[in-house]
Amino acid sequence: MPDAILEVEQLTKRFGGVIASDAVSLTIPKGELHAVIGPNGAGKTTLIGQLTGEIACDTGSIRFEQRAITDLPAWQRSQLGLARSFQVTSLFSDFTALDNVALAVQAHVGHSFRFWKNARKEASLREPARAALARFGLAERADVLVSKLSHGEQRQLEMAMALATSPRMLLLDEPMAGLGPQESARMVGTLRGLKRELTILLVEHDMDAVFALADRITVLVYGRIIACDAPGAIRENAQVRQAYLGEQEAVRA
Amino acid sequence: MKSLLAPRHAVIAAVVLLLLALPAYTQLTGNAFLVTLFTRIVILAMAATSLNLILGYGGMVSFGHSVYLGIGGYAVGILAVEGVRSGFVQWPVGIAVCALFALIVGALSLRTRGVYFIMITLAFAQLVYYFGVGLDRYGADDGLSIAQRSSFAGLIDLSNRAVFYYLCLALLLGTIFLTSRLVNSRFGMVLQGARSNERRMRAIGFPTFRYRLTAFVISGALCGLAGALLANHTGFISPATMHWTRSGDLIVMVVLGGMASLFGPLMGAVALLSLEEALPVLIRAAASPLGADTAVRMAEYWQIVLGPLFLLVVLFARGGIDGVLRGAQRA
Repeated sequence: MPDAILEVEQLTKRFGGVIASDAVSLTIPKGELHAVIGPNGAGKTTLIGQLTGEIACDTGSIRFEQRAITDLPAWQRSQLGLARSFQVTSLFSDFTALDNVALAVQAHVGHSFRFWKNARKEASLREPARAALARFGLAERADVLVSKLSHGEQRQLEMAMALATSPRMLLLDEPMAGLGPQESARMVGTLRGLKRELTILLVEHDMDAVFALADRITVLVYGRIIACDAPGAIRENAQVRQAYLGEQEAVRA
Repeated sequence: MKSLLAPRHAVIAAVVLLLLALPAYTQLTGNAFLVTLFTRIVILAMAATSLNLILGYGGMVSFGHSVYLGIGGYAVGILAVEGVRSGFVQWPVGIAVCALFALIVGALSLRTRGVYFIMITLAFAQLVYYFGVGLDRYGADDGLSIAQRSSFAGLIDLSNRAVFYYLCLALLLGTIFLTSRLVNSRFGMVLQGARSNERRMRAIGFPTFRYRLTAFVISGALCGLAGALLANHTGFISPATMHWTRSGDLIVMVVLGGMASLFGPLMGAVALLSLEEALPVLIRAAASPLGADTAVRMAEYWQIVLGPLFLLVVLFARGGIDGVLRGAQRA
């Protein structure tokens, strides 16, 4: 596909006897917000891990912007413009919010073998970092230690850090996890804003958010893709209803 | 100016001033032993400061750091035996060999984590220790006497006790200053980020390994310089300098003084080594009513007091001495 930003072919990963990814093939065109849903243990986080390079895949290939990245380490994929956020907040807890984002900025402005100048006084790192914080409503909290931020603020900071690497594609692993209704609504608004600038792969359990945001949805069950379609079609898909949505409806009822 | 009056800064300033004034004080009192003791403290504080760069700021628990004291010392000793007395050769050689050794150890050990990392750094240090024991030409496990201190073409006379002390103190303060630049630079931010959350560092695009390895090499090289000083100070170098318990001492200094604190290792070294000197005397004095013999014998067990003291610091003062001072500042 000429306008594809991410092409995944026949990705397979086994952990002992468990198949976490079973011949997963996926093509995401530039600018799409693509959601991946599926019951717990379907292999969604494993998929993100393979895409970012934290988990080596057994077989299969990944192409990002027409370039094979299957064998590249995580940091190089980030350098190419593939950013991620973590399901369990993963920050530098003994740094301030601003330090966290400034470090993400620093990663993408050349090497860091600079030993003398005070990095906390470099405007070229601090200014973009402040801008990223402001965008996620954290301008007032810039100098607060991460360990003192609320959970919701930390989730926003996760996003600010991913964005500060000026990526071309964003892999989001359950950005709404643990958020209250108000914070969730705010995050949906944030994602809607990002949607216009970036290609996004969104793994999320919050179905309201998924159906409100996604252009297309992939449904993963036991590591295998059982459907990949527009939200309306997914909602009507009998197989999906049975495997996933129906189950949840049944639990709710 | 207000911050200078804060307890933490006041203590640091007082320690540095006392160190600066020490030779003058001993000149007045004629107590030469104090200069000898404090030269040793200053040199080991420098070694601890170099360890703090990787242990405190980098989160790398190197359990073989005294090997660099040994390599730096042997560079001075072996070259002296072979007729090279110039410090312009001895010291750079010691530093360079330490850097090279750290590069090899780091390249292998930094691929591992936790206990494995500790064990590999320890294993390499033990390797060199036994290598030193087998160095028959250079004294084997009896060690090597160094008849003359390194010469610097008449620029500076190291055989003068006060001059040598001030040189060591200047190099210590220089090392602390260098550390302060390093840890606040872009490089230092990467180093501390990797300590805090290496996975995230990779995810935001940092090849962490090469930065951690660089810190490991800088730390080894600085400790090598301390080793060259130590050999000059004692006029002697033996494998015992590289024994793993010496590496443990350096870790204790860092933890006692405060990890990832600029002046922490200095305070830790002062505290640990003065306690080592003072505790036997204090115990003997305290036990003197029990008779002179008993008192002397009890004083031999001064470590029984030192151990629990250290335990208290680890249990109740996580940030070490510097952490306590920081807390006092906030209160």
